[in-house]
Order: sequence, then structure tokens, then C-alpha cells
Amino acid sequence: MYGRGLRPLAIVTLVVLIGGLAMAFFYAPVDADQGVIQKIFYIHVPMAIVALCGFVAGGVMGAAHLSSGDRRWDLRSYVAIHLSLIMGVGVLVTGSIWARAAWGHWWVWQEPTLVSFLVVFLLYATYQPLRFSIEDPHRQARYASAFAIIAGAFVPLNFVAVRLAQPLTHPRVLSSTGNLPGEFGVTFLVCLAGVALLFATLWKYEMASKHAAEQLRALRSRLAEAEAPGPPPRRAVPAGVGGPVS
Amino acid sequence: MRAASALLRKDILLELRSRESVPAMALFALTAFVIFHFGLDRSSLAGSLAAGVLWVTLLLAGVLGINRLFVAEREQGGLDGFLLAPVDRVALLVAKALALLAFLAAVELVAVPAFALLLLGPPVWPALPQLIAVLVLADVGIAVVGTLVSALSVQTAARDLIGPLISLPLMIPLLIAATGATTPLLLAGGAAPLPLRWMAILGLYDAVFALLAYAVFDFLVED
Amino acid sequence: MADEAAAIQLDGVGRAYGERFALRDVSVSVPSGATLGVLGPNGAGKSTLLALLATLVRPHTGVARILGHPLPREGWAVRGRIGFIGHEPLLYRQLSGRENLRYHARLHGVELRRVEALLERVGIAVRADEPVRTLARGMAHRLEVCRAVLHEPELLLLDEPLAHLDPAAVEAVEPLIGRSTRLTRVVTGHDPTAAVADCDLVLGLRDGRAVLSGPAGDVTPAHLGALYR
Repeated sequence: MYGRGLRPLAIVTLVVLIGGLAMAFFYAPVDADQGVIQKIFYIHVPMAIVALCGFVAGGVMGAAHLSSGDRRWDLRSYVAIHLSLIMGVGVLVTGSIWARAAWGHWWVWQEPTLVSFLVVFLLYATYQPLRFSIEDPHRQARYASAFAIIAGAFVPLNFVAVRLAQPLTHPRVLSSTGNLPGEFGVTFLVCLAGVALLFATLWKYEMASKHAAEQLRALRSRLAEAEAPGPPPRRAVPAGVGGPVS
Repeated sequence: MRAASALLRKDILLELRSRESVPAMALFALTAFVIFHFGLDRSSLAGSLAAGVLWVTLLLAGVLGINRLFVAEREQGGLDGFLLAPVDRVALLVAKALALLAFLAAVELVAVPAFALLLLGPPVWPALPQLIAVLVLADVGIAVVGTLVSALSVQTAARDLIGPLISLPLMIPLLIAATGATTPLLLAGGAAPLPLRWMAILGLYDAVFALLAYAVFDFLVED
Repeated sequence: MADEAAAIQLDGVGRAYGERFALRDVSVSVPSGATLGVLGPNGAGKSTLLALLATLVRPHTGVARILGHPLPREGWAVRGRIGFIGHEPLLYRQLSGRENLRYHARLHGVELRRVEALLERVGIAVRADEPVRTLARGMAHRLEVCRAVLHEPELLLLDEPLAHLDPAAVEAVEPLIGRSTRLTRVVTGHDPTAAVADCDLVLGLRDGRAVLSGPAGDVTPAHLGALYR
């Protein structure tokens, strides 16, 4: 079910992403202060935005699981969070490179977005260890969903707090596109769309693969059951009839 | 909440009887102050450094308490005993959070004077009421988050490690706000007024997590 | 059919643990006042069944009705009416017997003097102020029985209730959890012949499935042998 539409989606993603990157390198003007390396912004910021949305979406899906009891929502939540985490590594790496190029250090504490991203990353890095240390799958799903909800609500709270902790604010690049002159803005939006589509494609792909694996496993266990059935019921009398009370 | 008070009473009684958590947390705080002295090579702290050392220590001491919060329930079947009773599951959340709050308060009764004695440069008296206000608000946050994380990690195999790993990032906004609020109170040149902005953030943090805890707790406790 | 008045009604109830099924397609009907004996080898699912009846765990498949209320939706309605004794005592070892019972009394909204009355009845009032961890297994178990019946339940769920008791203790607790109470009871145990003598209905579990079911009088030694093979 997830596999349907995957190929067209993947093609669209590839087109938009490559188009966006091309625009970043050839269409958008070079930044006066920071030079060519500023172009990493077109990857770094979209990845950050998409990853954060992914985390929050994971929380919403976790809530859907808890309220409906349907464990498929937990699977969707898991995939969203784990993809966002991987993307988060990319955010931190590109952010570090950008910091080095723009401010001379491999890490800057003054960029509130980067810092709060680090905190969020540290939190979500515990998600998988938490999941895999709980054996019972039903309980694992419930606890993971609870975590996803808590962490998802934490993301905006954390950003607010870290922002407020900065006495001087650096030129905030993660501002609305209204602040960016024409070519920057358009390129940024295209790259954002590209990264978002990439996330969607990867999510769909992973869901399709997990779904298939689960169906395979269910079929296998049914086959095993059919070949070696359990012990035939032995009854003294048909079950369900109440006995005499003496 | 008759059930919550029964639970709280039981937990306080257990702690008084076994003396497992509070003495360890208090001792940890004292040791941490000594370590900070040697680690920072400073004898007198003021302002943001003092606030930072105090809050980091209290937070880490809190994490110690968080690990032990549900241990008796898990090891001695207390959770089943509670689940069998016809009471709202939230009572357990409220009781445990209040218990942790009580433990934190007990630890701070020892730790804050010790801090003033060992490491703090300026006198603590002038700003004591404001400091207490910050402690109360922040402790509520630690208690709520701590109870939530403890409930989350008590069922896991690696509970002693996972608890701190989850709670520390979650408490970073609280740390930021608490130190932000405390720094003006511990300035070398004399205490400045309490910044309401940070108190508002602390209050917001407490409210958000209390709501989250209320929403999610049932699912952590029921099977 | 006695179904409407049945204290316990299970239809196709199952509970999964990952890929395994701890219970699978279990159906049984227990009328009010009857005693059901649950038998089976280790790992058959007896304890899971009891926990499910106690509303401690929820069924994953099938329909379960306890005292007329469907689970898990209306578990809250039956909780205060069930008395449960499990494998491990639900007592805090650092607290005394009296403190433990008082805690449960407050939790269930029961008057404290009932605690005193029960302590007297089972004969442990003398040692009620010592921490539970200092009590012998048999004494702790008597306390556990007190805890289970403190709130005057209508349904008793007993997992090997007489396991650690000497004859005097058995005599002391019988009026609280035995047949003479005339309460609906579900009892598990490892002594099939005793179970068959003590119970009205028998349910035999094996690998989570009900392989034996019916009035105790109809159970033959052959059935039991096959169950425990």
C-alpha cells in the first residue's frame, strides 16, 4: 500500500532536489560576506526545518496511536522520528561547516537554532535505545508513542528557551522568506520543497519495506501454524456450560 | 484525592524507613560542590557562574532521585497493588511528583546552605525569598519531568542509564530559565531584582509538562 | 443459559506477547458463587489468565466480561470488587504488616479498624508491626490474604493461595478465601486432585489454549495425565 506512487514521488523528488541545488549554485547570487560557503545554507536550513517538522509529526502520530490503539501509527511515528534523527546528523554537520566558514569556529553557541537543535538531537538519540530495551511489543509501542508526544511538545518549548538565553542575537537567518531578496527566497523555497519531498519519499520507502517485511513474517508464521497445529482440545464436556454448584 | 494522599504517605514512610534517596542526593550535592571547587579552581563564585554551579548540581542530584522513584513499585509489586484499586491512575502521578518534590526540598535544605558556605561569594540572605521562589518553581518542573521519565524508564532493561539520558535534555530549558532567574540574585555587587521573564518561562515549562504528564501517564501505567 | 448471571464470561479471549500467545482463544463461563480451578503445566498461561481477570492486563482478542462488565472498557467498575493474590506478595518489604494493610485500606476507602479485625482473625496481630522482610514466608502470605480481602471483594482470584501455609495457617485463612465464603473464586494450583476436589469447574490450559473444560466431577485421571504430559 505504501509502495504505490513511490516511483513517481521519487522521480519528482529527484527533479526538485537537483533543480534546487542547481539554482543554489548557479542562479542565486553569491553572498557578499560569507562567500560561496554560504550556499550550504540552502541545504542546512531546509534539512533543519524538515527534521523538526518530522519530530513534531512523529509526536502527532504517537498521539494517534495512543488514542486509537492502532499500532500502525506507532510504526509511522517510529519511521518519521528515525528519519528526522538521521537528517538531524546532517543538520549538525552542515551547521558546523557553515559556522566554521562564517564565524571561524567549528561550533558556535551564539546561533540559537543550532544549539537548540543539538539539545533536541540529544533527546531523540535516546528514542531507539528506549524502544529496544522494552521487550513486549505492545508496551514498547505505547512507551515509544508517549516519548514521541513528550519530545514533540518539547521541541518548540526548547527553541523558545534557547532563543531567550541569547543576549545578543546573531543575524537570524532562519527568518521568514520575506526578508530574503528575490533570488535567495525562490532558491530557498525550491530547496525546502526538495528536502521535504526527500523526507516524504524516504518515509514512504521505509514504510513500504517494513510493511512488506511484516506481511512476510505474518505469512511465515501462519504457514508454520498450518503445518504443525496445536494440541486438539480435549473436553470433559463442551466448554461454556456451567457446572453444578455443590 | 484520597488515593494520592495515601500513596504519598506510603512513599514518605518508605523513604523515612529506608533512607535510600534523600541522603544520597544530599551527599551527592555536597560532593559535587567540592568537585566544582577543584575542577574550576575557584573558591568564590558569583553571578552566572554561581547560578550555573548551583543548578547543575541540583539537577544532577534530582536525576539520582528520579532513578529511584518507581523502584519500590517495580520490585515489590506495588504497582499491581495500586492498579487493583478503584482509583484514578493520575493519583499515582500526583503522589510521585509530590514525593519527588518533597525529596528535592529536603535536599535543598542541606544543599543551598552548603553552597552558600562553600562556594558562594556574595551573601545569600538579601535575596533569599526570591531564591526560594525560583527553587519552588523549578522544583515543580523537575518533579513533573522526573516522574514522567521515571515512569517511562522503569520498565526498560537499562533503566539506570536511560533515565538520566532522557531527563537531562528535557530539563535544559528549565536549567536555562532557573539560572537566568538566579543569576541576578547572586551578583557580586549586590542582588538585583528577580527577572520575571524567566519566572514566566519556568511557569510555562511546568504547565506544559504537567499537561503532557496528565495526558500520557495512563498509557505508561496500564497494560 | 446461565450466561447473563455469570460472574465471569470469557469468549475467545487471547493475549499476545510479541509473536507468542500467552493465552489463545480461551472461553469459559463461571456462574456466581462457583469455584473454577485452573490447571496446567508451567508456562501454560494460568498466571496471565488470572492477571487478565484481575484487570491488570487487557485482553488483545475476544470478549471478557467480569461481574457483568466488559473489559477493558469498564475495568474501573469492577476493580474494587476483586480480590487478587498473585505469585509475589504485593507488600512493601520495608514497611510493617500493619502499615501495608493501612495503606491498602486508605487506597480502597476501607475503615482502618477492619485492618485490626483481619490481623486478629489470621493470627498475626502480634507481629504486625515488624517489617515484612523479617517475616517468614508463611506469615507474609497470611498478610497477603488479609490484603486481598480487605475491601470485601465479590470475586476472588487466587494464584496458588495455599502454597506456603502450614495447616494452622490454612485453617486460619480458609474462612477468608476458601469455599465457605460462597464467593465466586478462580484458583490455580499444581495439585490437580486437590483442585478437582475443591472446585466446581475445571479449566485446563496448555500453551495458552484451553484443552480441558467442564465440571470438576467429569474430569478423569486420564484427562489430567494428558494435560500434564
